[in-house]
Amino acid sequence: MTELRPRPLVRLRNITTRFAGQSVHESLNLSVYKGERLALVGASGCGKSVLLNEIALLTQPQQGQILLFGQNTARMDGRGLLQLRHRMGMMFQQGALFSSLTLLENVMLPLREYQPLPLPLLKELAMLKLKLVGLPTSAAARLPQEISGGMLKRAAVARALALDPSLLLLDEPTAGLDPASASAFDDMLLELHATMDLTLILVTHDLDSLWRVTDQVAFLGQKQVLCKAPIEELVMQDHPDIRHYFANTRAAGAQGRRQGGLPV
Amino acid sequence: MQNQGSAPEIIPAGEQQQVRGNWTTAWLKHWLQLQPVLVTQDPAQLIIQADAMDSNGALTFLHLFGNNPAYWPAGLTPSQQQLLQLVLKHRESHIPEPVMLNWVADIGYRVSRLGLYTRQFLEFLGQLVMALLSLLRHPHRFRLRLFLDVIQKDGLHAVPIVALLSFLLGAVVAWQGALQLKAYGANIFIVELVALTHLRELGPLITAILVAGRSGSAYAAQLATMNMNQEIQALRSLGQNPFDWLILPKLLGLLVVLPLLTLLADLSGLVGGMLVAQAQLDISPSLFWQRLGDEISIIHFVVGMIKAPVFALIIVNVGCMQGMLARGGAEAVGLRTTRSVVQAIFLVIITDALFSILFSNAGW
Repeated sequence: MTELRPRPLVRLRNITTRFAGQSVHESLNLSVYKGERLALVGASGCGKSVLLNEIALLTQPQQGQILLFGQNTARMDGRGLLQLRHRMGMMFQQGALFSSLTLLENVMLPLREYQPLPLPLLKELAMLKLKLVGLPTSAAARLPQEISGGMLKRAAVARALALDPSLLLLDEPTAGLDPASASAFDDMLLELHATMDLTLILVTHDLDSLWRVTDQVAFLGQKQVLCKAPIEELVMQDHPDIRHYFANTRAAGAQGRRQGGLPV
Repeated sequence: MQNQGSAPEIIPAGEQQQVRGNWTTAWLKHWLQLQPVLVTQDPAQLIIQADAMDSNGALTFLHLFGNNPAYWPAGLTPSQQQLLQLVLKHRESHIPEPVMLNWVADIGYRVSRLGLYTRQFLEFLGQLVMALLSLLRHPHRFRLRLFLDVIQKDGLHAVPIVALLSFLLGAVVAWQGALQLKAYGANIFIVELVALTHLRELGPLITAILVAGRSGSAYAAQLATMNMNQEIQALRSLGQNPFDWLILPKLLGLLVVLPLLTLLADLSGLVGGMLVAQAQLDISPSLFWQRLGDEISIIHFVVGMIKAPVFALIIVNVGCMQGMLARGGAEAVGLRTTRSVVQAIFLVIITDALFSILFSNAGW
């Protein structure tokens, strides 16, 4: 497959990250291609979220190169980085919606700052995003603290999609949701991916989403990407860390549920 | 915002017009600028030529050409058609606005809130008293370290600002009084003026207002943040009474510290008045102190000091109550902090007025 898609959308080359002398990544390499639905998995504390933040240009690694859309971010000035940021959307784990703004105003904020458009059109564009992530019309006027966790996460995705990015980064999108909401959230991600020409990179511990949403999984361990493969291949790997991660009853349950006839 | 392409333009091509350019977020403004030209054209004569379209662009397209696919220009690719249909399905022109009350309802709402605030205050006062009584029965639950922490942070660290401000206030009162008293040759009464205003009213009042702004707001912000972080529930779940940890040390601390600060404010206010009396009216410090001892009864000092613990109770009650009531996000912390300062100062001044009536009836 890889030879058919020559230029990766995201390419991490020899990334080394250290926190207070402790290294989290050591010459890590990873390529993500257009249209992929990639999950970053690994034990807690292996630096998945840090890696996601580095792709989102929120933290900088001590060494190594980050290439986004074929451009080396180390050599770019503020203006170039801003344009790159517009092509990426990030959903934070707790939603990180601005608590003093309504959901509509939250989604409208990036549009308003970067697109000098008439207010009615801005509102309609923001409303479209809220509807696309499956929120009811009435939610637009609510404040973030007035809505449920599932709706909050959808609204966070709507804000990340405000500028129609081609790369969507999600930090633990289904953490803290009940199984039904999590599964509905997964469906929404698949629908958005299919209709809006998106590339997804998500950090997740939710094995159900792993089987359902992703087509590639990168396993982080020993400060490296140990393996990048579809989940079906990944669980067959012989590496002790990968086997340890998947060889427990909870993982077996998710795999069993998936293979036991859930629609693909 | 992918492959940006070049600015949208309309190019004549034979009998028809080519509408060239990408329908992406970066070009929305340009498409709107082309709107006056586009609406005069017959859609059947237009041909769209676009490499990319995103959802923002699709909505703008619908804005220009309408919702009916029959009137859309030709030249759309199947995937663009699909995106337009998707956006059409989710398009919602009715934007709900947050509900606003009309002015009559708003007045009613605000008045009913006043009743609510009174109830909240009394409820919290009741809880505070109950917690205090329970602490008296179980003295081992007293948190000495937290108590000493309050003494240091809200007492010791407030000394410079309280001393400076009451010194200046004493000087200002003396200055204004001196101008008037000089005209009547009643210079020596400057001592009564400064001592009475300061010992009875200004000393306790300025101290309470400073502490409400300095410490009361800090209590509200601290408890509000802890509340949102579920730290207070965590204490409860560990079988601990949040009052013992977070509120009683503050109450007992301020009950000790506020009278001491009031004493300090009295003294530095008198010193301020004394210096101005010497400079303006040639009343020597020794004469000032002698007159003070002869003419000013100790009762005036006592009246001022009685108020201090009551003010301390008000400040702790309002600050901690606002913190415990905070719900929601970052904005609520700000709101509760503001409200704690405003309510505390309001109640302190009201109580001060009530004390004045009470003491004058008692003949003090």
